[in-house]
Amino acid sequence: MDRLDSAFARARSENRAALVAYLCAGDPDFDTSLAACRTLVASGVDILEIGVPFSDPLADGLTNQLAAQRALEAGMTAEKVFELVRRLRADHPTLPIVFYTYYNLVFSNGSEAYVKAATAAGVDAMLTLDLPPEEAADLSAIAARHGLRTVFIVAPTTPDERLPRICSAATGFIYYVSREGVTGVRDAVASNIPEAVARIRRATNLPIVVGFGISRREHVRAVAAHADGVVVGSALVNCIRENLGRPDAIVQRLAAVASDLAAGLTRA
Amino acid sequence: MSVAALVDPQSLPTPAGHFGRYGGVFVPETLMTALSDVGAAYAAARQDPAFRDELTHHLKEFAGRPTELYFAERLTRHCGGAKIYLKREDLLHTGAHKINNALGQALLARRMGKRRIIAETGAGQHGVATAAVCAKFGLECVVYMGAVDMERQALNVFRMRLMGAEVRGVEAGQKTLKDAVNEAMRDWVTNVRGTHYILGSALGAHPYPMMVRDFHRVIGAETRRQILEREGRLPDEMIACVGGGSNAIGFFFDFLSDTQVRLIGIEAGGHGIRRGEHAARFEGGRLGVLQGSKTYILQNPDGQIELTHSVSAGLDYAAIGPEHAYYREQGRIEYAYACDDEVLETFQLVSRFEGILPALESTHALVHGLKRARELKPDQIVVINLSGRGDKDVNQVARLLNVKL
Repeated sequence: MDRLDSAFARARSENRAALVAYLCAGDPDFDTSLAACRTLVASGVDILEIGVPFSDPLADGLTNQLAAQRALEAGMTAEKVFELVRRLRADHPTLPIVFYTYYNLVFSNGSEAYVKAATAAGVDAMLTLDLPPEEAADLSAIAARHGLRTVFIVAPTTPDERLPRICSAATGFIYYVSREGVTGVRDAVASNIPEAVARIRRATNLPIVVGFGISRREHVRAVAAHADGVVVGSALVNCIRENLGRPDAIVQRLAAVASDLAAGLTRA
Repeated sequence: MSVAALVDPQSLPTPAGHFGRYGGVFVPETLMTALSDVGAAYAAARQDPAFRDELTHHLKEFAGRPTELYFAERLTRHCGGAKIYLKREDLLHTGAHKINNALGQALLARRMGKRRIIAETGAGQHGVATAAVCAKFGLECVVYMGAVDMERQALNVFRMRLMGAEVRGVEAGQKTLKDAVNEAMRDWVTNVRGTHYILGSALGAHPYPMMVRDFHRVIGAETRRQILEREGRLPDEMIACVGGGSNAIGFFFDFLSDTQVRLIGIEAGGHGIRRGEHAARFEGGRLGVLQGSKTYILQNPDGQIELTHSVSAGLDYAAIGPEHAYYREQGRIEYAYACDDEVLETFQLVSRFEGILPALESTHALVHGLKRARELKPDQIVVINLSGRGDKDVNQVARLLNVKL
């Protein structure tokens, strides 16, 4: 069993969902970002989703756009993102690391070289936001050759007819985007998550994680009752945004928020 | 250059939206169904004589088609070479070719039962055209525009507001066209069920490059009929500016199979071909994926999208329409560029010699067209697509010439 399967299996054996935490690599700078990731792992996060900063993140809301902008302005490059992963991998040999990225960053210099570098650094899986299964044949073949798992999105607008195509393209897990729109904090989670997760389960045996708009312990609790994993992103990125210039405060705040969210994972 | 093996242009794109290795559908999952719905609605509409008749009717009565093919007599004499004709898209209602597509897509949105329209705009021409058709058809209209462009094109912002559109400034990134497209796509992802996105150029995910091209084919179809009436033969060369490339592909399309007609697209050379100083994708770009489509893109070694510059907001964009990338690879359409200083000079020249103020975008085509006319013989013919009028650019030109108004 690899790192990703093990993480989901461990959570399942503990009768809870896995906590998937998102941060943008290099936000607000390399060292703070590395410390932030380590803090999350120490605070109950099961799977780390690392956003690769892109100049044009069209699926992301303002919180994640600004995070990417901070990272790029602080000099984050593809090579430094890999370096961040190598440092994390050295400390956390069993931590599943998932890239959350846009296709041009993978494709631009040749997908094969990119996937090779990513897996060598220690990346386990990749979610490419703007790459639907219809266009993913090349990348999927490359990923399979190099042992990189692929993650694909199902949206509320995805009709049942598309589910088999999406689920057969995915090899890591399915990411259910719980609402139409971009990433960002919302007051309440969507009400139809149980039905949506059940709908996807009929099409696949892969783990299903739910994300977009989940920012509080009660959100986590509501989602964890149905999904295999709960993704929290903007709520964590906001811990950075609200404490810029104070790396210690960033780390403390992240630890507090992540621990609080993790407390919502256990199923009744 | 061999173009003998050119595939029938009508057969492209493929059903999946590919022009050779270009184009496609590279969008978040939330939009996949919306795009296939638009594709299906458009496929039905284009087969429906009632839809075509209605569009033709509005193109005539509202937009003012057909536009003239104008013989530029004094420019021709001034250059001393080939006859210069201008396709007068600048005479259309709202001032540019953009109204062709805005009308087509608004009718399509109405057919699909979508009452809310969003659009992006660079120079403001597409935004103004969209605001106008939304006012005409009673549709809600939100236009995204980069904050820098809003300042460059303040007059067009006011025009849109007068016609009832809400103009939302975009402060992200470089605050120009590319950022406006990102923001429009974010809106669409969020409001996908009741909203139609009227994308303004032959860009983005399938079916947009095909649909926008089709709505602009009328430019080339008229040009063909008009030049045959006037001259009894096809032109030797046709020249159009290329931002995303909608006016150019519409102008060229009906001539693609006439391989004796040389087709040239002109990109924005800005201050010259140096990183961040231009928007000539075929000069400094390479293959990539941006905003839905695989095409030539200005990007850094990591694949981050580069900053661009052009004196004309409408050409100031990091990607080129995928069909252009395809026909360049096929050797059927050639590409060159014009720089800001040449554009300013030609803007004044054309104004003085013909009494026509061209849009700065279209002036890029004029720069190259006049160069070509000088090199060709008097019995040869150059047709330049005058895609828009320059009234919107007067303040900008005055500023660049240090003239106080």
